[in-house]
Amino acid sequence: MLGEQIIKGMAVTARNFFGSYVSKERLTTVQYPEEHLVPKENTRQFPFLVYDGDDWEKGLRCVACQICEKECPPKCIYIVKSKDKKPDYKGQPQLYPLTFDIDISVCMSCQICVEVCPFESIKMDTKFELSTGDRFGGLLISKDKLAKSNGYYQRIHPQDAADSDAVIAAEKAKAEAKAKAAAEAKAKAATAAMAAPPAAAPAPPANPGQKS
Amino acid sequence: MFNSLDQIFVTALHWLVSFVPEALRPLASSLVCIAFILSVFPGVFAITTIFERKGIGRIQNRYGPNRVGIPFTKIRLCGFGQFIPDGIKSLTKEDIVPRAADKIVHFLAPVVMLIPVMLAYAVLPFGKNMSVTDYDAGLLFFFAVGGAVELSVFMAGWSSRNKYSLLGAMRAIAQMVSYEIPLILSAVTVVMIVGSLNLSEIVKHQNQYTFGIAHWFVFTPWGLAGFILFFIASLAESNRTPFDLPEAESEIIAGYFTEYSGFKFALFFLGEYLGMFAIIGLGITLFLGGWTSPVSFLTWIPSYVWFLSKLMAIVFVFIWIRATLPRLRMDQLMNFAWKFMLPLALINILVAGIWHYLGADWQRWPVCAAIIFGAYAVLGRGLMHNQKLGKRIYRYAE
Repeated sequence: MLGEQIIKGMAVTARNFFGSYVSKERLTTVQYPEEHLVPKENTRQFPFLVYDGDDWEKGLRCVACQICEKECPPKCIYIVKSKDKKPDYKGQPQLYPLTFDIDISVCMSCQICVEVCPFESIKMDTKFELSTGDRFGGLLISKDKLAKSNGYYQRIHPQDAADSDAVIAAEKAKAEAKAKAAAEAKAKAATAAMAAPPAAAPAPPANPGQKS
Repeated sequence: MFNSLDQIFVTALHWLVSFVPEALRPLASSLVCIAFILSVFPGVFAITTIFERKGIGRIQNRYGPNRVGIPFTKIRLCGFGQFIPDGIKSLTKEDIVPRAADKIVHFLAPVVMLIPVMLAYAVLPFGKNMSVTDYDAGLLFFFAVGGAVELSVFMAGWSSRNKYSLLGAMRAIAQMVSYEIPLILSAVTVVMIVGSLNLSEIVKHQNQYTFGIAHWFVFTPWGLAGFILFFIASLAESNRTPFDLPEAESEIIAGYFTEYSGFKFALFFLGEYLGMFAIIGLGITLFLGGWTSPVSFLTWIPSYVWFLSKLMAIVFVFIWIRATLPRLRMDQLMNFAWKFMLPLALINILVAGIWHYLGADWQRWPVCAAIIFGAYAVLGRGLMHNQKLGKRIYRYAE
């Protein structure tokens, strides 16, 4: 009969009306400034720089290779290389950035800098409440504000941080193994030289002989 | 004590008027009444906008506005302060008039909208002894001034020089003219039974109790049918969903007030809501006993409280319907008015006559109910006839 379906529809809306007062699960709204949703694993907003240890200046992973600066599509990264070098986590002397600025008013959150970085140094942050009254200086983020600890990274992106830690550990192990092998070879060579000086002695002149 | 509380506004009016000289008293009395209407009903409108937004939000499982409360404090009042910033916003917005518009008519349209709507309140009895004018042809006056709203709608649509405005205005005219007929015909039944066009007289006729239950007309078969017809027609008259074709935002932007901004837009908005309250108030007066209480043991509650609570209850049903039903198509709208509402209203007039001539006999109840129910079933079947409902086939879009 005419009107039956209207009554059914009205019943549905009435159930929703009263249900929204009774059960909280019905309401999908998050009361934003007071409540926050837990960000998803892959949330990304703007890049930041990872450092190891406690001192951000010492532990900064960035070696100022400028790959991210070159790859950045909107060109929002500005890097000045240092003149001197300092040892990285492998103990190898490396350059470091004197200046590292990201203009987040230009950044488009594409994550290309993260993809190209060979040093697991630049990663994506999940902070998004960055509005400011100063639209020039306030949105140009310098090195000291960009540097965030590895612990922070592990907290915001546990899976990615574990992966990047594994890469670094592998690199470090490889470097240590190489150093060890080099040391062992050196030691071996030294012992061999000591054990058989006459046999080893003619060998060095043999090389130039072969070459010529 | 309850009686003095009931008559508090009437006493206050007499007290205020007693300060002016004898000759000016009628003028002063009407000025106070105008001030009363101008302050109360826009206030009800302001609260209704919040109720509407919150109610629709809840129906859609959202919170609705819940932020604005008292400024400079943490008190939020569940968002019921929202109408103040809304009003300030519409007052401070730029008023843009299109270059090609007919400026005078464009300016006059919202004013012409508001004046008849306000005039309609003159005859409504808000409470015991609380109608502004005790006018013998009150019902006729109400419908006569209500007819002027169509003029303002067409003025707005025509003067904007915008195709969407004109489309909206033409839809509005077609809809309002079509639905005014069942609206008036359903009200005619009450006039037939009461024998008076005076709205206070109509309320007085319903202010009797048998077994503690009031003699509201909605409790009779013809009254129930008349009330439902009146209710549907008043939805259409106040351009509310599912009859909001004149301002269908998904089709024609905002209909006849597309080209209005700032406070003129707010005036249209106000006019629409005040028109809605007026027509609901008339429906309450005709069928729901006006300011009377439904049961005799609650008669101590002041009459204006009853009136206002009935008004808000029906406004809530309007909001509920708005959140439920989708918009009709133009041909469905016209079919519904002319093929269903009009015949049913005419049959209802016949039933009211039968009711009157069968006298106080109990037999009139089943007879009248059967006629109305039969007519409803047959007309409803006729309306749904030839309607092939099913999967829609798009001829060109595939």
